Amino acid sequence: MKSWLTTTDHKRIGLLYFWTAFGFFLIGGLEAMIIRAQLIKPDGGLGVSAETFNQLFTMHGTTMVFLALMPLSAAFFNFMIPLQIGARDVAFPRLNAFSYWVFLLGGLFLNVSFIAGPLFGADNLSVAPDAGWFGYANLTERQFSPGPNVDFWLLGLQILGIASLAAGFNFIVTILNMRAPGMRMLRLPPFTWMTLITQFLVITAFPVITVALVLLMFDRFFDTHFFVPQGGGDPILWQHLFWMFGHPEVYILILPAMGIVSEVLPTFSKKPLFGYTVVVYSGVVIAFLGWSVWSHHMFSTGLGPIADSVFAGTTMLIAIPTGVKIFNWIGTLWGGQIRFTSSMLFAIGFIAMFIIGGLSGVSHASAPSDLQQTDTYYVVAHIHYVLFGGTILGLFSGMYYWWPKMTGRMLSESLGKVHFWLTMIGMNLAFFPMHFSGLLGMPRRIYTYSSDLGVTSFNQVSTIGAFLIGLATLVFAWNLLRTRWQPVNAPNNPWGGSTLEWAIPSPPPVYNFTVIPTVESRMPLWQTERHAPMAPLPERPPAAIHVPGGSWWPLITAIGLPILAIAAISRTLPLVFLGVAIVIVGIYRWAYEPFEM
Amino acid sequence: MAEHQAHATTGTYLRIAAILVMITLIEVGVFYVPAFQAVLVPLLLVLSAVKFTLVVMFYMHLKFDNRFFAFLFGGPLLLGLAVVVSLLFIFYGAVRLRTGT
Amino acid sequence: MTHGSHAPGAGAHRTSMGLDSRKMAFWAFIGSECLLFGSLISTYLIYKGRSLTGPYPHEILNIPFTSFSTFDLLMSSLAMVLALAAVQRGDMKQGKLWLLITALLGLVFLGGQFWEFSHFVHEGLGLTTNLFGSTFYVLTGTHGAHVTVGVIWLLTLWVQALRGKLGPANAMTVEITGLYWHFVDVVWIVIFTVVYLIQ
Repeated sequence: MKSWLTTTDHKRIGLLYFWTAFGFFLIGGLEAMIIRAQLIKPDGGLGVSAETFNQLFTMHGTTMVFLALMPLSAAFFNFMIPLQIGARDVAFPRLNAFSYWVFLLGGLFLNVSFIAGPLFGADNLSVAPDAGWFGYANLTERQFSPGPNVDFWLLGLQILGIASLAAGFNFIVTILNMRAPGMRMLRLPPFTWMTLITQFLVITAFPVITVALVLLMFDRFFDTHFFVPQGGGDPILWQHLFWMFGHPEVYILILPAMGIVSEVLPTFSKKPLFGYTVVVYSGVVIAFLGWSVWSHHMFSTGLGPIADSVFAGTTMLIAIPTGVKIFNWIGTLWGGQIRFTSSMLFAIGFIAMFIIGGLSGVSHASAPSDLQQTDTYYVVAHIHYVLFGGTILGLFSGMYYWWPKMTGRMLSESLGKVHFWLTMIGMNLAFFPMHFSGLLGMPRRIYTYSSDLGVTSFNQVSTIGAFLIGLATLVFAWNLLRTRWQPVNAPNNPWGGSTLEWAIPSPPPVYNFTVIPTVESRMPLWQTERHAPMAPLPERPPAAIHVPGGSWWPLITAIGLPILAIAAISRTLPLVFLGVAIVIVGIYRWAYEPFEM
Repeated sequence: MAEHQAHATTGTYLRIAAILVMITLIEVGVFYVPAFQAVLVPLLLVLSAVKFTLVVMFYMHLKFDNRFFAFLFGGPLLLGLAVVVSLLFIFYGAVRLRTGT
Repeated sequence: MTHGSHAPGAGAHRTSMGLDSRKMAFWAFIGSECLLFGSLISTYLIYKGRSLTGPYPHEILNIPFTSFSTFDLLMSSLAMVLALAAVQRGDMKQGKLWLLITALLGLVFLGGQFWEFSHFVHEGLGLTTNLFGSTFYVLTGTHGAHVTVGVIWLLTLWVQALRGKLGPANAMTVEITGLYWHFVDVVWIVIFTVVYLIQ
């Protein structure tokens, strides 16, 4: 147990991220199912109150984005990146551990709000955040949100931001500076490339939301008027700052999944990724353009014709590199020897679902048509096709692909197929009708709807779909859990993959590679036109390999952060000093600790 | 492996410091002298950009270091500038440019 | 005497770009700080001229005083760069001296900020008085917090040097401290121009 608390091993940290994120994914899913249950019938539904409903969709969104999707991707960044680049660990192992602990503590802080009501003298048990995952001002100001709910949100997100930023710096340096000899940039696996691009988005976008959250915090705690009209503030500024973060954030959410798909398709087509260089450059272009489109979330706020046109234009532009990738994936499949493993099914499912989500996205790009779609269920359809049909299917693909490497055990392919088909049917039942209910005028974030609206049957179908997704996910969870009782006997390369992680045992020894390989091609383990497959690595290391020990300081330093958050939310000054002291002492002990890589 | 070929000397650092002080004095002067009011904004922006560049290039050694560091800094710097400029445009359109406020 | 090794220090492993990982991480960090301060400066500029009540900038900002603060911070950057040069060539006596001077000049700056803020509050400009107060204090306060962290960092290094634990072999630590310190100076250059001089 102690070794898990002090671990700095990227593989263990990756597993910690996975289990924690998967747990939050289930919680977020539960929130979704309650939402869908409530919406199964109109005129009051099952009796969930509006206040509770607001908490449910806020926490569903916040949990899924920050506590499930990003950390599930992080699980793969952690476990796979050093393996894919031929390194023994990341550039800053203790900082890596710190990121995990801060994520865990931030997620717990956010969710403890569900039972913290009594501590604040609230009428209800739950004071969970309830102003949407995007926290629009001035709904989030004290005047309209007097309780601690929004405080949990803005403090929790600040904590989580620190985790993401730290990881961002860590992976940028790791990918650039820790590659094995011969691992040139354009030989990197596509997942590693997409991760690199994603981290640049993280380190540039998160500071912006940090500022937005800090300004909101000052409004709520110290009575400033950054977003309060009565004091001269402009609530629109919140939207600009939030979406300047928020749009790059959606690319942060999708690029890693795209990277996974770009690994899985070649392996199960027995063909190299079609147009590798173009796929990489498209990712870079998407990241750049992703910074130029943020106000397409604000077409209904009266930006004016010039701004509307500019942002509509940039948004349409970004469809191009995305489309390019899709063609490259299809090109990869074309003429390949396809094996329909569960991983491959999810990757192909990703392509199909993401295309649908992309198409609704293109319809949003036109400001006039978006004026009908915005704030309706049409957008909910779009979001879920790209984030569930895209990111989550991509992540599932990665889980089936890399589970053997991470645990040494194979997931059941039959359960995998059940999982896949139930998910595909479930998600399309759940989200496709939303295009229609949205266009018929059903707004987002409403706890019930009138039977006169004519969207009842669409909602019923959606709810059935949601529960099917829930069932499918349980099947998957069972698949994961039952591997615990299997022997650790997965081969090094069960799928015949081409990248370095498949050259070592499953799971890898603590030092990863007995000998750091010298890389000569983009697909080291495959026979290509110009290169024979890499020779197998020795079974044992030629000399003892030094592996750094663990450290308590990442965990201890991390603990200071939720203490500061609790101090703020409970207005307890002494706790502030305690939190600061813990962080400072933690940093000093960390800095002076002898830790040799 | 050395990352840089040339290196600034103590003399260079002192000279840069002197230039920085002089530019600051000029900036303050521009602020106070009424004749410069019309060109105050562009002039001050240019002067402070020069100071910024001198500190980054010489004190932070970016001129002599591996060009990658310049990319790591320059990219987000440009992005930050774009954020400021685009937000100003959105909130004030072309008004600020025309009236110079 | 060489100007110190800029390759990864003794005992460090080979890196694929031949660059020091900590230095690379730190430049990436400085890049992200550009977005942090960029957002704060944007907020200041957007709300300029929108305060519903006074005091207004032209009534309260003290250019001569702030020019002195600017001069102080510029000199502290000079001191920092001299400290680094000294440590790199192994002259720890000079190294200690210049590190201390840098920290002291930083403290002078902080003292000046403290005095300026108290004076403004006295003149009626508080954090919540108007948008100018809010944006001004949050922007310059964030910068001041960064300076404070820098001073603590510098003094920590100075103490390390006093204990004989700082030298050319770990000059990279001083270099990175310098990067942080100069960046904080450079942000002030922008703030001085945008907040104080361009009213």
